[in-house]
Amino acid sequence: MSATAVEPTAGAHDAHAHHHTSTGLDSRKIAIWAFIGSECMLFVSLISTYLIYKGKSRVGPYPHEVWTDPSTGHTFGAILNIPVTSFSTFVLLMSSLAMVLAHNAVVNRRVKRTTFMQRLEGNSFFWLISTAVLGIVFLMCQAYEFTSFVHEGLGLTTNLFSSSFFVLTGFHGAHVTAGVLWLCTLAAIDKKRGLREDEGLVVDMCALYWHFVDVVWIAIFVLLYLIK
Amino acid sequence: MAHDTAAHDDAHAHHPTAKTYLWTALFLTIVTIVEISAYYIKPWEQSAIYVPSMIFMSAVKFAVVCAVYMHLKYDNKLFRNLFVGPLVIAIVTCVGLLFLFGKVAIRISSGQ
Repeated sequence: MSATAVEPTAGAHDAHAHHHTSTGLDSRKIAIWAFIGSECMLFVSLISTYLIYKGKSRVGPYPHEVWTDPSTGHTFGAILNIPVTSFSTFVLLMSSLAMVLAHNAVVNRRVKRTTFMQRLEGNSFFWLISTAVLGIVFLMCQAYEFTSFVHEGLGLTTNLFSSSFFVLTGFHGAHVTAGVLWLCTLAAIDKKRGLREDEGLVVDMCALYWHFVDVVWIAIFVLLYLIK
Repeated sequence: MAHDTAAHDDAHAHHPTAKTYLWTALFLTIVTIVEISAYYIKPWEQSAIYVPSMIFMSAVKFAVVCAVYMHLKYDNKLFRNLFVGPLVIAIVTCVGLLFLFGKVAIRISSGQ
């Protein structure tokens, strides 16, 4: 994965030299971090709601326990599908790797790449598209999970668990969808004219958002799925 | 201008390489496998250390992604403060709400 560096950050320096702020930092990057900070509060409030209502549902189906409907006598198993969610968690983790490699490829455009692996490492379009595809796979897993829940009789208003679960994971899924659209836009620009080295910040902002979506899922996966 | 360049150098000079990103991904995958295994290992899953260990592993993964992938370890401290500040406020609020309304509150009120 090593490559010969030829002034790898010179273009990025040029770009920043044109952007004067009192902090010396790009305002767009400060803005995306402030946005991510506010998003933290949104997701922690949703997770708090889930944790407060955890175990307080009067009717099933339940996330980890078997439940028999007294009116019909029908027995429901534990509703959460850990193998599918584990797979989607792995997919999201790999998408974060692809995203960070996309950013790395854009900010190191001037690095000379000779071998196949080096050219692959520097192919930002490939990594952007890979991230988007992995994001879509994650969304497909979530759609499968939601559909199977509804087929088993667990709708948005069935009980406290379902309401807090669907709202939290639904909000996360909406964020992933927005991230996929952002990635596709960047990939289209990269395909059309190529993202320049001085546009690293544009990719960096998308990457920060995408990694944030990933860290939120790291918390959700443990708190909702693995802790009974 | 000099301030701009200094801040920029500070932000970009120590960004990790692709190799570091690959090692980080491997570490995250291993921790995730341990987490999922713990769920299926009954003695671990039923022990008192299960929940703290899961939260610890999750927190480590969270911190590693933020530090390496989101470059908080290498970037300007202002970005770290913009992220960690709201996160700390949110977590403290969450713990407070759990004491007021969650299982923690029920345990205290019932004397367990």
